[in-house]
Amino acid sequence: MPSLGADMEAGTLVEWRVKPGNSVKRGDIVALVETEKGVIEVEIFEEGTVDALLVQPGAKVPVGTPLATIRGETQLAQPAPVIAEKPAEAARKAPAPPVSPVERAPIPSPSARRPHISPLARRRAEEVGVDIAAVEGTGADSSITIADIDRAASQAVQPKAPATAAERQAGLRKAIAAAMARSKREIPHYYLGAEIDMSRAMTWLTAENLKRPVTNRLLYSVLLIRAVALAIHDVPEMNGFWIDGAFKPGQGVHVGVAVSLRQGGLVAPALHDADKKSLDELMHDMLDLVNRARAGGLRSSEMSDPTITVTNLGEQGVETVFGVIYPPQVALVGFGKLAERPWAAQGTISARPVISASLAADHRVSDGHRGGRFLAAIDRLLQEPEKL
Amino acid sequence: MTEAEIKAVVLRVLGGIAPEADLAALDPRASLRDQLDVDSVDFLTFIIGLHKELGVDIPDADVPKLATISGCVSYLASRVNKQS
Repeated sequence: MPSLGADMEAGTLVEWRVKPGNSVKRGDIVALVETEKGVIEVEIFEEGTVDALLVQPGAKVPVGTPLATIRGETQLAQPAPVIAEKPAEAARKAPAPPVSPVERAPIPSPSARRPHISPLARRRAEEVGVDIAAVEGTGADSSITIADIDRAASQAVQPKAPATAAERQAGLRKAIAAAMARSKREIPHYYLGAEIDMSRAMTWLTAENLKRPVTNRLLYSVLLIRAVALAIHDVPEMNGFWIDGAFKPGQGVHVGVAVSLRQGGLVAPALHDADKKSLDELMHDMLDLVNRARAGGLRSSEMSDPTITVTNLGEQGVETVFGVIYPPQVALVGFGKLAERPWAAQGTISARPVISASLAADHRVSDGHRGGRFLAAIDRLLQEPEKL
Repeated sequence: MTEAEIKAVVLRVLGGIAPEADLAALDPRASLRDQLDVDSVDFLTFIIGLHKELGVDIPDADVPKLATISGCVSYLASRVNKQS
């Protein structure tokens, strides 16, 4: 069971998307898992053949529990856990026992675990979705018969009724409470704010959108996300995790986008490689991400990957955000309302669209001086929107 | 298309974005964004949905005309019926 965020303790397997014998490659969706944040599509991080499914639909298991084993193409004799956790998360977590996942896999090698079973019974098992590794054979030499398969199928764990909206809401509230309490308990936050003149950005954006068909239109929030992602190149210590008493830089810039959910609560899934994507790609990905966050259908890597979070509360009329960092990340950038304000420059005062940007950062990793440089870099980037 | 047909499309697209909303209770002359808990991403998704359902382009300069249900219906009726 992969960790889909610092606040997740357990998940319920809803459905397998693969069967034993299927070959899988990195990025394939192998299962659906229900968490407080909705049903998440679980991706696989290795290549090989599905060997055995260890957890049945309906079962709720703690983070770190192997869900299935796969045989790698290069290591035929050694089943590896399908859902390899991200190293960063694995290093952080306590519940997993200190043995390697391979040793924990219940069955030592494919040849030793292969049960005696007739081709007919094997076919029946595939039809009814029974994992033969979990079936006790009653035939000669303990071989598995069709009757055994049918019995196993009828005894299979009935999927639990899906959580009601109220239960999910209570669970989500609890998960947010745990993550935010940990943040406030452990992270020595410091806060900085800056007002950013958005007149160049908004003039460019308006002109650009007039040329674009509705399906390619840009929202100003995507400029903000892009500027934050690029500013990380100047101040990389804002991007990554605080794990076991040390800063671990993020592998790539994966910007978590705080999305409020209709029923209440929020999630902050990742826009992957936001520093490498064009504005058009980011806009497309952001629309898709926000809509999936609200409708259900986020992927596991999006939940576990963010290396920094951006939250934009301006649409609610908020002037300034005082952010709470999502552990184990080390920084959060907040944006307030984009509004016309009097702005003095070159000896004159004019009305300009201005936005308040704020940074909440982890003092164990960076200091106000570097945080200030980070906000200044965001400002500088937003003054040249055509280069974003 | 009649205005009633266009209104049905508008409400259907809205329902996809704000499934919890009681669409029948919306004031057709009041701002959608004030009545529904929708943000700029939702609103853009709404405009894209109207474009896809009705096959009309909606220039960015015209988007303010779509702020209310009755605004949507009269604007879209003029665009749809001009095209056909």
